[in-house]
Amino acid sequence: MLICRRIEEAIAGLWQEGRISGEMHLGIGEEGINAGVLDHLGDGDAVSLDHRGTAGMVLRGVDLSAIVKECMGLTDGLCNGMGGHMHLYSKDHFAASSGIVGAAGPTACGFALAQQHLRPGRVAVAFFGEGAMNQGMLMESMNLAAVWKLPVFFVCRDNGLAITTFSASVTGGDLEERVRGLGVPGKRVNGVDVEAVWHVAGDMIDRVRRGKGPAFLRATCIRPEGHFLGDPLIRIARSPLDRLKPRVGPLFSAVTSTGSGTVVQQVKSLGKIACILGRITLSQFGFRHDPVLRLRKRLKIAPEELAELESEVEQLVKKAVKEAMRSAKTSEQGGVPCAR
Amino acid sequence: MRKMTYAQAIEDALAQAMAADERVVIFGEDVHTLRMNLYARFGEHRVRPTPISEAGFLGAAVGAAMAGLRPVAELIMIDFFAVAADALINHAAKIETFSGGRWKVPLVVRAGCGGGYGDGGQHQQALWGLLAHIPGLKVVVPSTPADAGGLLTAAIADEGPVVFLEHQLLAEDWLEYLGSGGRTTVSYDIPVAGREGEVPDLWEPIELGKAATRREGSDLTIAGVGVGIHRAVEAAELLSLEGISSSVLDLRSIAPLDRDAIVTDVGRTSRLLVVDEDYRDYGLAGELAATLLEAGLPACYARVTVEGTIPFDPARERASLPNVNRIATAARRLME
Repeated sequence: MLICRRIEEAIAGLWQEGRISGEMHLGIGEEGINAGVLDHLGDGDAVSLDHRGTAGMVLRGVDLSAIVKECMGLTDGLCNGMGGHMHLYSKDHFAASSGIVGAAGPTACGFALAQQHLRPGRVAVAFFGEGAMNQGMLMESMNLAAVWKLPVFFVCRDNGLAITTFSASVTGGDLEERVRGLGVPGKRVNGVDVEAVWHVAGDMIDRVRRGKGPAFLRATCIRPEGHFLGDPLIRIARSPLDRLKPRVGPLFSAVTSTGSGTVVQQVKSLGKIACILGRITLSQFGFRHDPVLRLRKRLKIAPEELAELESEVEQLVKKAVKEAMRSAKTSEQGGVPCAR
Repeated sequence: MRKMTYAQAIEDALAQAMAADERVVIFGEDVHTLRMNLYARFGEHRVRPTPISEAGFLGAAVGAAMAGLRPVAELIMIDFFAVAADALINHAAKIETFSGGRWKVPLVVRAGCGGGYGDGGQHQQALWGLLAHIPGLKVVVPSTPADAGGLLTAAIADEGPVVFLEHQLLAEDWLEYLGSGGRTTVSYDIPVAGREGEVPDLWEPIELGKAATRREGSDLTIAGVGVGIHRAVEAAELLSLEGISSSVLDLRSIAPLDRDAIVTDVGRTSRLLVVDEDYRDYGLAGELAATLLEAGLPACYARVTVEGTIPFDPARERASLPNVNRIATAARRLME
């Protein structure tokens, strides 16, 4: 968990420095879910990840520097710099990702079908956000997994926001009930608590492994970085005065223009914007929802042993970043030429 | 005349259309954040955030358009059209014909497209050739703020489905959202004339399917759309120093395609260089070659396109996109 946290913090730093281009979706805040689930997998088990797949790759044992290099687009990265962080693939680790929301479900079904044929007893795990739950392809994949009794474990990482939309405002009914309706047993767990995730995921994966068909776990969490680094509403939440100032003028002239909606409609939509901003601001003070800090407090090991462990992790991550930076300097094509 | 950015022009034209016609409604993912001004002005009733379910809400947009609304559905990126392909290919494009011309689908699908900001091959494709391949779909790719507003006004007024593609390098809202994310440590090769320019005080529709000449020349015709046009103009300036005179033709829409403009211009220059940010095979570039052949024009022809999946690595990404160097090299070869 700590390696995931530190490597993603390092990646965030590289992104801020302009050494990584485009979007960057991190899993900071969901380490408890990733670790609590993936600890139950062994060789030959398959993982189907979404656009937030860095931690999953780390936990499956993919080389740290290969991941960092891939994020930087270097030729010696995990995918030769062709995929980037949203499109990480490691055939050796049976782990694939996708930047298309919901696509992890059907892929996992295919992986699981091949497991049934070729590697009985092996499973496939799909990771996705609760925002993906409304994608047809994901619901279709759950039905398929149920009727074909596929060994798929569906893991929904629920931070309550689909990009910057309240998931509850665009999701009908209850998710566990929905998946039960598709024939997949579902449970809910506090994803901040890695022990709780580990226990429930262990039982469910065991059942999946024994050929009892798919299962679904909804694990709640808070992601302080939101959907992606530079999330526009998080930027407003972090420095409201600077960020709101340029928006107020256009907003004011918009609502006072002729041919607009009614005042009631306008107040309603302004209220919703304020409400979302308020909730996102709250997520910035969510230290008690930090799975890494929470686990650290509960670990029953001597302080000096913990310090040693933490320093070991720091060294591992530093080494990976250093290697990537060295490669960026020597590589002809790597690095980000758009960086000033 | 006013001065506006590409993104402001689109929002302004959209606001004008919404104020004039209550049937114009917006829906798409995250529109309360992405279109905050319109959301505040017109309310959630008309600017409606959707779940992440492109197949569902694009299919609903087709139905809403059939039933009397004039929806402007947003896909964020045209790459995500693949998730909702059925709504466009099998429904929006077919209904007018299937109904014997009695039932129309006045729908606009807005989406970002195009590369140059390093987001990988699943988030910056062009795909306009794929869309224009389908009879019944119109596909528009504006390259300037004035065109963006005027073409959007025409698209909303059109009685059929129109895919309106906004290049992510030109639209500063997309670039900020997907590329820089508020960083000052990154920069992009953005064509100035495409990012900001003069626009009319009141939006008037620009007829779909009419090309615009961006530069006059006698030796060679360079044709394309979007950012490719700006790269072509830059290359043409470079070539003029070497004594090569190029005209640059901005097609502005892929379907309908202004075949007359192509045939007329190439009739003069006898050489056509297509600059196309879409994939090379079975697309716009080949269609323009077929247009010349069908017109019986014995022209020299070359194309600068994207030849494989766009690499994530920004250096290789930029080399894979039509850039000034590739265009100038191809033009010189055509002149040999």
